[in-house]
Amino acid sequence: MSNTLNLTLNIWRQDGPNGPGRFETYKAPGIPEDASFLEMLDLVNEELIAQGKVPVEFPHDCREGICGSCGVMINGQAHGPERGTATCQLHMRKFSDGDTIDVEPWRAAAFPVIRDLVVDRSPLDAIIEAGGYISAPTGTAQDANETPIPKEVADSAMDAAACIGCGACVAACPNSAAQLFTAAKVWHLNSLPQGQPERYRRAQNMVETMELFFGSCTNHGECSEACPKEISQDFIAYLNRDHMKAKFFNRKLASQR
Amino acid sequence: MLPDARIPAGPMAEKWDNHKFDMKLVNPANKRRFKIIVVGSGLAGSSAAATFGELGYQVEVFTFHDSPRRAHSIAAQGGINAAKNYRNDGDSVHRLFYDTVKGGDYRAREANVHRLAQVSVNIIDQMAAQGVPFAREYGGLLDNRSFGGAQVSRTFYARGQTGQQLLLGAYQQMMRQVHLGKVKLHTKKEMLDVVVKDGEACGIVTRDLVSGQVEAHSGHAVVLATGGYGNVFYLSTNAMACNVTAAWRAHRKGAYFANPCYTQIHPTCIPASDEFQSKLTLMSESLRNDGRIWVPRNPDETRSADQIPEADRYYFLEEKYPAFGNLVPRDVASRNAKTVVDQGLGVGPLKNGVYLDFVDAINRDSAEVIEEKYGNLLQMYERITGEDPYKTPMRIYPATHYTMGGLWVDYNLMTTIPGLYAAGEANFSDHGANRLGASALMQGLADGYFVLPYTIGDYLAPRLQKKLVDPSDEVFTQAVAGVQDQTARFIGIGGTRSPDHFHRELGKLVWDYIGMARNATGLEKAISEIKALKDEFWADLRVLGTADSLNSSLEKAGRIADFFELAELMARDALDRRESCGGHFREESQTEDGEALRDDENFAHVSAWEWNGSDQPQTKHAEQLVFDEVHLTQRSYK
Amino acid sequence: MAAPTKARVDSADRPLRPKGKELPFPLSLYQTAVGKKWVMAVTGIMLLGFVVFHMLGNLKLYLGVVEHNGVLDYDANIYGEWLRDLLVPFLPRTVTLWILRIGLIGAFGLHIHAMYALTMMNQQANVTYSSKRDWKAATFASRSMRYTGVIVLAYLIFHLADLTWGFIPGYDYERGHPHENVVGSLSNPVVAAFYIIANALLAMHIFHGAYSMFQSLGINNPAYNKLRRGFAAGVAGIILIGNVSFPIAVLAGIIDLSDKVK
Repeated sequence: MSNTLNLTLNIWRQDGPNGPGRFETYKAPGIPEDASFLEMLDLVNEELIAQGKVPVEFPHDCREGICGSCGVMINGQAHGPERGTATCQLHMRKFSDGDTIDVEPWRAAAFPVIRDLVVDRSPLDAIIEAGGYISAPTGTAQDANETPIPKEVADSAMDAAACIGCGACVAACPNSAAQLFTAAKVWHLNSLPQGQPERYRRAQNMVETMELFFGSCTNHGECSEACPKEISQDFIAYLNRDHMKAKFFNRKLASQR
Repeated sequence: MLPDARIPAGPMAEKWDNHKFDMKLVNPANKRRFKIIVVGSGLAGSSAAATFGELGYQVEVFTFHDSPRRAHSIAAQGGINAAKNYRNDGDSVHRLFYDTVKGGDYRAREANVHRLAQVSVNIIDQMAAQGVPFAREYGGLLDNRSFGGAQVSRTFYARGQTGQQLLLGAYQQMMRQVHLGKVKLHTKKEMLDVVVKDGEACGIVTRDLVSGQVEAHSGHAVVLATGGYGNVFYLSTNAMACNVTAAWRAHRKGAYFANPCYTQIHPTCIPASDEFQSKLTLMSESLRNDGRIWVPRNPDETRSADQIPEADRYYFLEEKYPAFGNLVPRDVASRNAKTVVDQGLGVGPLKNGVYLDFVDAINRDSAEVIEEKYGNLLQMYERITGEDPYKTPMRIYPATHYTMGGLWVDYNLMTTIPGLYAAGEANFSDHGANRLGASALMQGLADGYFVLPYTIGDYLAPRLQKKLVDPSDEVFTQAVAGVQDQTARFIGIGGTRSPDHFHRELGKLVWDYIGMARNATGLEKAISEIKALKDEFWADLRVLGTADSLNSSLEKAGRIADFFELAELMARDALDRRESCGGHFREESQTEDGEALRDDENFAHVSAWEWNGSDQPQTKHAEQLVFDEVHLTQRSYK
Repeated sequence: MAAPTKARVDSADRPLRPKGKELPFPLSLYQTAVGKKWVMAVTGIMLLGFVVFHMLGNLKLYLGVVEHNGVLDYDANIYGEWLRDLLVPFLPRTVTLWILRIGLIGAFGLHIHAMYALTMMNQQANVTYSSKRDWKAATFASRSMRYTGVIVLAYLIFHLADLTWGFIPGYDYERGHPHENVVGSLSNPVVAAFYIIANALLAMHIFHGAYSMFQSLGINNPAYNKLRRGFAAGVAGIILIGNVSFPIAVLAGIIDLSDKVK
């Protein structure tokens, strides 16, 4: 039915957070072109189990490109060669028969390897915790149509909010910076009228938490290239702007100390 | 005996308000003395945890994901219903209530559904205030689309990622409470048992997926918001990790499991292409707004779709159901797709799909308009199939998507174990035998934001003096030992077949016999074959690796073990329900033209099953459904 | 009882660096990496301005000898004198120049310190891949900023020693006579080659800097984004052509010493 590929895989294996890692080479014969990259790994794992070898742990869940669980470096590119595509949506038809594929976990000091291809991305939650929300306790909301939001603004917020939190931006960044992730969340909330009261406090707190874990942005642009949602680097500029405004004007009102 | 469902007295429209007033309250200063455990961080779990935190309770949230934001609510695409009537098209709370009861084929509890319709309005307000970027008109007001089973446009959406945006909204609210110290978040911990002492839920046992440590956690009340069991089919639109384990372990501890045979098969999914396939991908129901569903009239058709003239196309939904056309409810659309495929009219290499065609819509509105509305969905389709849906019609086929059944709960969402609550897809309460599109998000958020925060206080208020059970108490040590034993047992079997192998085999059985159409012979066969496969599972499973580190085979093994028991109960429930209703279609019970035929006299009830131990079948308890407001009719979408 | 003996420690519980106390403005700005990048952009603009004006001033080398206040002299020397006389008599001679110089030294200092601090931060945050990376957006210019920066700094020191302080032997350094000094120094093909290479690297550094400063300052706008690459390439190209032309012109004899002076 569909064509098949014979592949050679170099997969990073690591037993635990402290264990040393190494590449192991596996043959993957007869991989159907219509398989996704993760289904290809499933097939490899089935074979490993049949041989009595411990299968490869890899991050995955929804397999439809939205949960943000999956993500590995494929031949030196976060989420592999197809633009705007998470690993789970990458299909083997993008590869050719006889290819050798390097598969490595995300690398960043803040993303230690848990096992094999699975890393700990908890600092991303710490950034959200620092201010990635609008304080609107349940039950306090006004009618949803009370505040009109221009379509352009809602669309721009949605472009930013499309972030799935996979960490590919960090993985792709030569500095392991989480600027694109942070910027996307900041701009999603800061662009909306509902986000205005906490705007500058949010920018400041999220940036400062981000900087406890990650590197700094030097505007390479690898993050947007790797992003499965193709989130624009422009949001980083907007983040910088809001952060600077927060610092410059210090957001103190009369009588505040 | 089935406990009282505690449905409040009084007129339907006033039940919830009266009930809110009648329930006991916990004084704000006393709330911090109670600890609530929330399992699951999807829409229901996150929103409940956030709101409990705001109210002042101590909250502990458990998720087996690495971040709460990964819960599968995130994958919902199309939208969320609310009776806002912003379109001035005749919508109202009563109409949403009516549509939902009717859409559920009159197998839902009226009072619950009415409450759901009432709070739907608040949900949209709440989510907009939290910054969910709902689609807007140029004037800045909210846009709507229409969904199956309704003749009004009441569905709010954020592109094709509504579930994602709503979940992020709820997750952010919860993270705010984490920041404030009200909610304690436990990631990568899977709940493996509910602990009951003196007849009341007092905590849970979890396994840390990273360290393998089995831990006891104590609380005054436990909320399970752990989703549905669609993955029992192996191939479904659920995420790989979705499972029934939390709900099932609660069932084994005494919570009744209701209507397990009500499973929803979603009509618009990408058909399977091969054996290796690990999951099916949903294409939002919203596509049916503009796409037309058809198959060639000739089973031996060889022409490509665009070469087939109108006369040779069979628009089966439009022809059979002129009033609702392509927007009939999901169960009807799915069953009709199955019928035409079974007739040999299917399309695609495996002849296992039907066309969903956008050509007319593109000619009417332009490709740009279609891209604006469905761009990300069409792109996703292109990624998976390698075909361009703007040029060739999409191929779709039904796939398991949602499970209406779940833990039995009363009006307060409490299970038959006092202190144990179930919310969202994990409970059975609001959708009857079939869920309407865009209602799952509504129910998850309704339970978490607007129902549980009220009802849990009613349970806690008289228990102010109740102390937390110490994790070293015997009930906990036994539960922990049980979990450890099971883990060791999986690794110890040392057989030859992987967990996935058994899951796939089980899925095939369930799909073939307890899928879109069921009959007595098939169901009896299913029960015996599932049992046989289960025995093989316990004798020949191979789980490699260790229990003290990340081991997804081990996690899967535990989930599949529970799926076996659930599948058996599904078959038994389906066998017992000798009528067709909604997602449950018994071939023995159909009208002359093949529509589902209910038997209201004998089956207008909820079947709640009580666990009797591993070696004997569950006992059924029936909760009679009373319809005061909605008149029971044969559902017709013609 | 398997009581939780040790809670799992996640990466989020172990920041790479401690959270410092917030200093008063403007130090609070400089405390953050985003602030440091802002400072890098602002100081970069100052330095870029210097480079542009320096190059424009150097173009005077092409004008050779001109008459100024009745005296024949190299135009470049006259320009040098004018710089020292800036804002005289409002300020004493060379004071304005020194103010500008101090500003530039400060900008250099901050630019370098911020670079150093950010490099340290990034190295701490980064873990190198074991497989080969396939860059999609990062350019050679963007990835070599810190190296081109260091080389340009070394070049700058050499340049000052060569033509401002006269420490580099090889020709007869004469204070206050830039034209003669330039011709003297660049007549040596080795020195000229070094200038050419260093200026090529400087142009590369400026290319990424001029592109990236909009981003760091947060003043970009989707409407103008397409122009940013062009702007950066234009600025870098002008600097490259201008600065590289001087050693070539000296070697080719286009810029030379004239008999009309003295």
